[in-house]
Amino acid sequence: MHPKHIEQPTILYLNGVSVSFDGFKAINSLSLYLEPGELRAIIGPNGAGKTTMMDLITGKTRPDSGEIIFNNAIDLTQYDEAAIANMGIGRKFQKPTVIESLTIFENLELALAGGRGVFAALLHRLKIEQKLRIEEIMDLVNLSERAQDLAGSLSHGQKQWLEIGMLLIQEPELLLIDEPAAGMTDLETEKTAELFKEVSQRHSLVVVEHDMEFVHALDCKVTVLHEGRVLAEGALDQVQNNEEVIEVYLGR
Amino acid sequence: MVKLGPITRFIMQDKAGRNMLLVLLAVAVLVPTLNLALSEGSLLHVPTYMVTLLGKYLCYALLALAVDLIWGYCGILSLGHGAFFALGGYAMGMYLMRQIGERGVYGHPELPDFMVFLNWQELPWYWYGFDNFFFAMLMVGLVPGLLAFTFGWLAFRSRVTGVYLSIITQALTYALMLAFFRNEMGFGGNNGLTDFKDLLGFSLQADSTRAGLFVASCLALTIGYLVSRWIVTSKLGRVLVSIRDAEARTRFLGYRVDKFKLFVFVVSAVLAGIAGALYVPQVGIINPGEFSPINSIEIIVWVALGGRGTLYGAVIGAVLVNYAKSYFTAEFPELWLFFLGALFVISTLFLPNGVVGVVEQVKQLTIRNRRGKATDAVVPPPEPAGGQDRTAEESAENKPAKANLTTTTN
Repeated sequence: MHPKHIEQPTILYLNGVSVSFDGFKAINSLSLYLEPGELRAIIGPNGAGKTTMMDLITGKTRPDSGEIIFNNAIDLTQYDEAAIANMGIGRKFQKPTVIESLTIFENLELALAGGRGVFAALLHRLKIEQKLRIEEIMDLVNLSERAQDLAGSLSHGQKQWLEIGMLLIQEPELLLIDEPAAGMTDLETEKTAELFKEVSQRHSLVVVEHDMEFVHALDCKVTVLHEGRVLAEGALDQVQNNEEVIEVYLGR
Repeated sequence: MVKLGPITRFIMQDKAGRNMLLVLLAVAVLVPTLNLALSEGSLLHVPTYMVTLLGKYLCYALLALAVDLIWGYCGILSLGHGAFFALGGYAMGMYLMRQIGERGVYGHPELPDFMVFLNWQELPWYWYGFDNFFFAMLMVGLVPGLLAFTFGWLAFRSRVTGVYLSIITQALTYALMLAFFRNEMGFGGNNGLTDFKDLLGFSLQADSTRAGLFVASCLALTIGYLVSRWIVTSKLGRVLVSIRDAEARTRFLGYRVDKFKLFVFVVSAVLAGIAGALYVPQVGIINPGEFSPINSIEIIVWVALGGRGTLYGAVIGAVLVNYAKSYFTAEFPELWLFFLGALFVISTLFLPNGVVGVVEQVKQLTIRNRRGKATDAVVPPPEPAGGQDRTAEESAENKPAKANLTTTTN
């Protein structure tokens, strides 16, 4: 469970990662790894360190110790958010974060690869195939009809979808998704789970989620975090029957 | 339809901006003509003081444009932009001082009067080169640009944002004011630089020079507008809006937020510097008072009142508020500051999108009313079909412009 050396291909490999804020150990010697193309759900009670783990992987927070290896090669702890994003790690926030005063089309255009430098952006022109790609993604997330509307006018669930679309259009190798089902209707939740399963054919996904039904629908390996470390790992029903997990979730 | 070149198309797409540029062009032609060609007794004669006053407004408008570029589009609330304006002004002032030559009170061929007065024996090194017009003009952009670059590089890289950044910019301009007040700095201390004689050999007292400076200000504002418009309509502009709305999101999309901020901050500082350089020969003096924090806050009021996030709104705001200032300081001098304060309160409380936003709202209401009437009129058969078509066409034509506006004003 805690490999000292990377023996197999991994897309993401965390080894003994710790970080504390004002003496509080948010992440405590966390180790876990993800195989290429894997879909993984992360669950855990409030304060288990799920979001902090995302912050560590995406370069928002630097760990006090430990290593985070991407693709068996790159130590992510040495890079900042923009660099990590450009390496192919996309992140979706807990609260849907889209650029509200731009249109849906423009939001996706911003997420599309290319034109990341200042002057490249100034002189950037959309190519036909890029336009088609944006339209393709808008179809996928059911927003084609609202292409020219402002993102601020979307419903909560639609914003979630737009943000997922923005992630997908970046063509990341690894997607980190924080509570995608929050604020979605049952139908939307169901569709989102389907979308993720489809997406995981081509990308690796880490999904943090509270909604057990959603996790169940994902039908994948589950990691339970508690107090900044891995408490249990395995299939959902297996994990749900774990004594420790039950204790943590239900209290003593 | 005639095929348009990229620049023409660029201007034609921007309805409000195009109207503003047309007004600017008309003013640039009419004001100097009515000033120079008509005799003073004539009814339509524009007095020279008015030419200068309007020229001053145009410089302020360019300054407001510079602030709107960073505040309206990138959310950087600089409360120290007066500093870049003043630095551009000082660079121009130094050139004008060196042009005085032997005509100063003390008649020294090289040293400006205040240096002779302070018993300085030679020109400080940083005054070298300012006798050359082109060098001085280079400095007009370079000095504010470099300061903005250094300041921005430090601040944006350390992710200083929001109120903290505003306070530091305020401190920056205040520190510069204190420094420039000191005689030892070599910029004329308290009195600043004044008694200018001529610019490129043209007497600053001559009506024709004043008119020339006025036209130059119109031109600078036009170019400043087009450059800003180019920036905000490019993908870079959308990245700026994205930084304003969701900075963290932008970073996780792979954009280096600090570099984008730095770029637009430097462009803005250079525009402010150019505005300052055109301002100084028209008002005839530059002193450390221009660095005063109050000045920088006033610029924010212009932009907020005109309409933050619409470039032409900033221009309108600058002209309106300064016109009001000229009027109030002449008629009710003791009321001006109260009026300014009231403007600020009113614009924050009631005009979140400024004057431009109100005009836009009224326009939308009338369009909606008209459309309502047109559909009512459909009921009786013969004539109205055409009428309805026209409104449909109109609203289709209006749509992109409106979408654009809401994009930028929020």
